[in-house]
Amino acid sequence: MHLRDSESDAQFRSEVREWLRAAAASLPEPPATEDWPGRRSFDAHWQGLLFEAGYAGINWPSEHGGRGATPTEHLIFLEESAAAKAPDVGIGFVGQMHAGPTIIAEGTEAQKSHHLRGILNGNHAWCQGFSEPGSGSDLASLRTRAFRDGDDYVVSGQKIWTSHAMAADYCEMLVRTDPNELKHKGISWLIMPMDLPGIDVRPLVTVHGSTEFAELFLDEVRVPVSNLVGDENDGWRVANVTLSFERGTGFVSELLKTTSVFRDLIALARSTKRNGSTVWDDDGIRHEFGVVGADLDALWAFTKRNVSQGARGGMAMGSGSGFKVAFASTQHRLGDLALRVLDRASLSLDDIDGRPTAELVHSKLHAFAISLGGGTTQIQQNIIAERVLGLPRER
Amino acid sequence: MDLQPTDDQITLIEMVKGFASDRFPIEIVRSFGESNGFDRDRWTELASLGTFGLALPEAEGGVGLNFIDTVLVHEALGSALVPGPLIAATLSAGHVDGVLDGSVVPALVDIPTDGAIVVEHFRSSDVLLMIDDDGVRITPSDSVDCIDVTHPTDPTTPVAILKAVPDGKLLGGPELAAAWRRRGSLLASAQLSGNSTGSTNLAVAYAKEREQFGRPIGSFQGLKHLLADSWIRTELARSSVWAAGVMVDEPDVGSADRAVAGARLTAARAATENAKTCVQVHGGMGFTWEVDAHLFLKRAWVLETVFGTRDEAAGTVANLYVET
Repeated sequence: MHLRDSESDAQFRSEVREWLRAAAASLPEPPATEDWPGRRSFDAHWQGLLFEAGYAGINWPSEHGGRGATPTEHLIFLEESAAAKAPDVGIGFVGQMHAGPTIIAEGTEAQKSHHLRGILNGNHAWCQGFSEPGSGSDLASLRTRAFRDGDDYVVSGQKIWTSHAMAADYCEMLVRTDPNELKHKGISWLIMPMDLPGIDVRPLVTVHGSTEFAELFLDEVRVPVSNLVGDENDGWRVANVTLSFERGTGFVSELLKTTSVFRDLIALARSTKRNGSTVWDDDGIRHEFGVVGADLDALWAFTKRNVSQGARGGMAMGSGSGFKVAFASTQHRLGDLALRVLDRASLSLDDIDGRPTAELVHSKLHAFAISLGGGTTQIQQNIIAERVLGLPRER
Repeated sequence: MDLQPTDDQITLIEMVKGFASDRFPIEIVRSFGESNGFDRDRWTELASLGTFGLALPEAEGGVGLNFIDTVLVHEALGSALVPGPLIAATLSAGHVDGVLDGSVVPALVDIPTDGAIVVEHFRSSDVLLMIDDDGVRITPSDSVDCIDVTHPTDPTTPVAILKAVPDGKLLGGPELAAAWRRRGSLLASAQLSGNSTGSTNLAVAYAKEREQFGRPIGSFQGLKHLLADSWIRTELARSSVWAAGVMVDEPDVGSADRAVAGARLTAARAATENAKTCVQVHGGMGFTWEVDAHLFLKRAWVLETVFGTRDEAAGTVANLYVET
C-alpha cells in the first residue's frame, strides 16, 4: 500500500496541473447561479476546452471518444481541477456521468454516433427524468406511461427532481411501457429531446432558493421508438448499468469542495472576535473542528480506498453507500459548526463584514442534498444491512 | 497511490486471523485475564509468527516489511481481542533483547504529568518501559513498586498502579519517545478499528439468529440501521488508520501526525459505538457477563486511552489543519 504517485501518475499530475491552471485562468467570470443560459454557455465553453485538449470524458473508454484514464488518473484530474479552481462538471453532469455511459453500454450505433460526441464537446446538455412525485425511494413503482403508437411512444405523466432541466437538450427518462407488469419489469429507458411538444418544465425551488431542479409535466409527448435504449421493458437493468462504471470517483469534487469550505470556516473562526478573544480560541468549537477535520481526512482516505479497489476492476459491495452516508453526516456536522461560528451573522444571506455567510449557509442546507439525493441515508443503510451484512429483507 | 491491501498483505491478515481463532479463541482470551492467566507458551507462539518484528530489518531478526503491515496485523489482532502487551512488544522488539522471540515480556507506560500511573499487563512482565518527553527508559519489573489492581475494568486487561517512577536505564532520547508515541497511538487505533469489526460481526450473527415477533430481529429496520452505521464507522476508521499507517512510512505525502490523531478519533468512535450497538442488539443477554459483547466494549475503553485521548487528538487535528 502506498499514497505516493507512481512515476506515470506524477507525470500525468504535472501535465494536467499545468494545463488546468492556464485554462482556468483564461475563463471569464462565472455567471450568476440562476442565469441558466449564462451557465449553459459557460459550462459548454469549458467542456469545449477540455474536449480540444483531450480531457473530455476522462474516464470514458477511448473507443467512444473518451480518454480511457485509469481511476487513479481520474482522481488526480479532479484533485488538480479543484486546486486550480477550475469549473466542475456543472450542467454536463447527467450527460457525462450517466446518460453517456448508459448509451455506451446499451445504445445502438446510431444513438452512439448521434449523442456521445455532443456530450463530450459540451454541445448537448442532458437532464434526468427518473423520480416521480409518487415514486421516490420506491423508484420502480413509477407510473409515467408510454404507449406504442406506430413509430412513436406517446408519453404522459410527471417527473420530479429533474436537475438542469431548464438548460437541457435531452432527457434520459424511465417510463412504464407495460402497465400490466409491476415494479422493475415493464420499465423502459428513453431518450427524450426536450424541444418536443407536450413538455412543460416548471422550476422547483429548493430550500436554498435555487432552481437547480424542475418538474416535468408530460402530455402526450411523441418520442420516436428509435430513441429506446436497450430492449423495451428492460429499462430497469439499463438504468443500473452505470453502477458498474463507478470507480470510486463519484463524490470527489463534492468532497474537495466541502474541504475547501471547511478551511474557509477555520480562517473565519480565527479572525472572528468573540468575548474578548477569537471563536477559534473556544475549546469546544476547536474540538468540533478537530472531529470534522478528522472525518474529512477519513472520507478522503475512504475515497482513495474505493478508487484503489475500482482500479482493480470494481467497487466493493456497499462502499458507495457507506461513503455517501458518512459524507452526508459530516456535511451536516460541518453545517452545524458553520452556524455556531457565524452566530447571528448567519441571519443574513448577504455577507456581513466580508464573512462568506452565503457560502456557509448554502453549504449547511446543501447537506440535505447529500443525505436525500440519489437514495436517502435510510435507503443506503438498508442496502448495507441487506447486501453487505446479509440481514434478511423485511418482506 | 494504492490504499487497498496487496495480495501479500491479504495473506498476512488471513494468516493472523486464522492463528487468532485457532490459538486465541474467546475462552483463552478470557483466561488471560485471570490471576496467573498469562500463557507464556501462547505468547511465544504469537511471537514466532514474526508478529513483533514485522517492520524490523531481516538482519535484526525481523520480517523486513513496512509499518503499514504492522498496522494491518494489529487490526486483525484487535478484531479477535488477542490479549497481552502487543503494542509494548511491537515497539520494543528492536531495542530490548528477547522481546522479539517472546522470551522477554515487556510492559509499557507513558508517564502522565499528574494522577495515577496505570500500567497494563504489568504482572506478567519481565521489564517495564517508561516513556516521557525526555525519552524511553527500561527497568526490570521485579525492581518496581507496583500494585496489581484486583478488579480491572476490562477483565482481559490486567492493570497495576505504579507507586513511584523508578529511574531505569535510558533506551533512547526524545526522538525515540516521540516515535513510539506516534506509532503506539496508531497501533492502538488499528486494534480499535479491528475491535469495531469484531463487535459488529458478533452483533450481526446474533441479529440473524435471534427471533422475536416470529422473525429474525435483523429483518427490522431499527436494527438494520444501527448495524449499517456500525459497518460505516468501521470503514471510516479503517480508512483513516490505513492512510495514517502509510503516511508513517511515507512522511512526504502529508502530515502523519494529523493522520495519526484523526485515526484515533475515527477508530475510538467506531470501537466504542459499535460495541455499544453490539450490547444493545443482544438485548438483555448483552447485559450479561457470559455474552462477549462487553469484552469488546471494555477493551475499547482501554485502547482509547493508550497514547492520547480523543480530546487531545481533536485538538491536534484542529491545530494541524491550520499549519498544514
